[in-house]
Amino acid sequence: MMFRMIAIVAGLGLALAGSAEAQTPRKGGTIRMTAPYGSSFTSLDIHTTQRAQDEIYAKALHRSLYVWNSAEGKPVLELAKEDAVSGGGLVHTFKLRDDAYFHNGRKMTADDVIWSYTRIMDGTKAFPGARFVRVIEGAAAVEKGQAKEISGLKKIDDFTLEMKLTEKVDPGFYFFTALTSIYPADEGAKESFIQKPIGLGPFKFVEHVPGSRIVLERWDRFYKPGKPYADKIVVSVMGEAAARDVAFRNKEIDTSVLGPAQYVAYQSDAALKGTIVEVAEVFTRYMGMNPSFKPFADKRVRQAINYAIDTDLIITKLVKGKAYRATSWLPLTAPAYDKAMKPYPYDPAKAKQLLAEAGYPNGFEFEWTTSQNESWGLPIVSAVIPMLDKVGIKAKVKQVETAVLAEVVRSGDYQAFIYSQASGPDPQAALKCFHSSTPQPACNYTTFKNADFDKIVDEAGQADDPAKRIQLLQKANALLYEEAPVWFFNYNKAVMAVQPWLKGVQLNATELTHQNVEDLWVDETSPAK
Amino acid sequence: MLSFLFRRLLQTIPTVLAVVLLVFVLFSVVPGSIASSMSDDADPQVELRMKKQLGLDDPVYVRFGVYIAKLASGDFGTSFRTHEPVTSMIAKRAWPTLQLIFTAMAFAVVIGVPLGFIAALQPGGIVDTLAMVVAVSGLSIAKFWLGLVLMYLFALKLGWLPSFGYGDGGLKYLLLPAVTLGVSPMALFARTTRAAVLEIMTADFVRTARSKGMSETRVVKWHVMRNALVIILTTVGLQFGGLMGQAVVVEKLFSWPGIGSLLVDSVLQRDIPAVQGSILVVVLAFLAINLLIDVLYGVIDPRIRYA
Repeated sequence: MMFRMIAIVAGLGLALAGSAEAQTPRKGGTIRMTAPYGSSFTSLDIHTTQRAQDEIYAKALHRSLYVWNSAEGKPVLELAKEDAVSGGGLVHTFKLRDDAYFHNGRKMTADDVIWSYTRIMDGTKAFPGARFVRVIEGAAAVEKGQAKEISGLKKIDDFTLEMKLTEKVDPGFYFFTALTSIYPADEGAKESFIQKPIGLGPFKFVEHVPGSRIVLERWDRFYKPGKPYADKIVVSVMGEAAARDVAFRNKEIDTSVLGPAQYVAYQSDAALKGTIVEVAEVFTRYMGMNPSFKPFADKRVRQAINYAIDTDLIITKLVKGKAYRATSWLPLTAPAYDKAMKPYPYDPAKAKQLLAEAGYPNGFEFEWTTSQNESWGLPIVSAVIPMLDKVGIKAKVKQVETAVLAEVVRSGDYQAFIYSQASGPDPQAALKCFHSSTPQPACNYTTFKNADFDKIVDEAGQADDPAKRIQLLQKANALLYEEAPVWFFNYNKAVMAVQPWLKGVQLNATELTHQNVEDLWVDETSPAK
Repeated sequence: MLSFLFRRLLQTIPTVLAVVLLVFVLFSVVPGSIASSMSDDADPQVELRMKKQLGLDDPVYVRFGVYIAKLASGDFGTSFRTHEPVTSMIAKRAWPTLQLIFTAMAFAVVIGVPLGFIAALQPGGIVDTLAMVVAVSGLSIAKFWLGLVLMYLFALKLGWLPSFGYGDGGLKYLLLPAVTLGVSPMALFARTTRAAVLEIMTADFVRTARSKGMSETRVVKWHVMRNALVIILTTVGLQFGGLMGQAVVVEKLFSWPGIGSLLVDSVLQRDIPAVQGSILVVVLAFLAINLLIDVLYGVIDPRIRYA
């Protein structure tokens, strides 16, 4: 089902991936990827950074217990060969790989997994992966400084690990990102590790030129036979889209993320059109409304906002078609996405009627906090303001930088905000962000509270039958849509240009730039030596 | 001379302290913290413990005192983010920035100053008109746009140079970013030189020299050039500071690993020690260059005395 869904949205990209499968991968060569998200790599300690930018290199250098399988659209075991579930779905016994070697030549054992997860729960460090490891019993106690060891982690032997969870969830969704990478326990604690990281990934560290590039070379003892294919990977920091465009056209880089303007330009250029791959990523862009601000406490007002905005027009004209219309919270590539859902139509008359029913016949005024972001920030807000004005709602813009916006939405210091938030890949976790027990700083940014919604999500969490769980999550998603705590704007369409000589690119719905690089290869036409 | 140097060095101390204090105060009032920049859902307790461990829960004046005490022993602190000594982070970035700035300045001086001289020696002529068109354009062009045009022309169309990156730090990687950065000061030097030369040409001492029968070449060499150089040197000194500020745009555009991008990234990530260290180094460099310029005044024109 997932593959079909991705196929629908992937278009040209799938054709590219298909052609790669038909050829025999070539050994050798250099893959030249780009890190397109603005600034330098934050750190060579991937436990400390949640930025998509950093995970691009980390996917080559490190490995986690699970890995994202783009073709199947779900996480699959990576550092373990088997996961036996018991204890009513709460206890997972992992048979770890006995052929995974760190880049210092030492074999990975259960101790390394336990050490890594315990490190992530250090309650003085704010490691972003803590949100995932917290699902292990006793992890929160370590974070709070009440325990030194995670009670839910038990080493049975060097290659057998028992993990007891606090909730009946699929641990794959919690342990596939680089935020939970497994470090070598003996080396990870050393200060030198940050300068010269050691991982389990297919490529080992060679060089970091801060602000410019990271160079990695093939790790010959990688556990997947015959992989990786390439000799070397260079990941260049290239935050400027126009500079990437020149470098891509000049064949100096193999991948380049495209913004809306370039998306249009590449589509209309015969020489470049074939390089485009695209996928619906698991991010939802939205305007969050604060129920403590009186008008937004009324569901009819929130619905009126959804009716008052011509969302399709904005996506077509302003976002240049580089987005999919949102029809509630769960994105197209979520297993629980309901294709039957229809978006709020553009209907200013209906919006006015709802406002009048809610006691705001003349509208009202609110402050809208936004960043400068071109896809979900000020340009979008500027386009929406006249639409809201048409139904009597006046919006005053409060512009802040992205880092400040993150703090604003977590602290609730807003009347409305516009943001992009992960809404997958785990639909249950994504919807739990709207559960009344989820604190605002965690991800319930609009402090949504609805007893019926809570009940359905809780039931889904307890369901053993996957089909039943999906059905319940779809119900919860529909209820959320009806309650409209946000203006449902769009799901990100990630677009990347890929040189014809780079093969094996995966349509990763969690983040297109995050590639399992051991599957990539370059043919002999690559200009890189 | 020595006492002059000593006095100038003493004068830098309050300047540096003021800058460090300003940065401290700014980062005490701007929203955001290292914990919030690291994790979207950092537990408030974790944030508090993190602040305590990093000493961020102390009052500003206490933190300032601790920082100054560390600075006195040459310790710039440790990055919140990478846990690396700030001195080592800056050391990695300093050389690329120096390469960029000095090459840009060399380009600006070598092209701009002679252009201004030639223009001034034939005011109203075709060379003068062309030089001033170049100067006005150079000052008006946005660096970002110019950088892209150069990339497009010299990398994509002509294929002579790489369009981005540091490579091995060699000249072929340096040329485009340096020219991008150097065009604006080049234009300014051309205009300043032209104005200075034109003004000096009409000065009494030049008229006197000519009336005494001194050849035009000697007039230009001994009177005009020497006097103009003092003015040009002042402009060069001031432009060094400007280039450090503008380098960040060029560094970002060309993926050049300099201090400018370190500073911007550190600000965004609320890595206060790295921000303080970067700003301090930039300020110290600016002060050092201005001191050097002051010393050079005396070399160029021995009539200038360091009282």
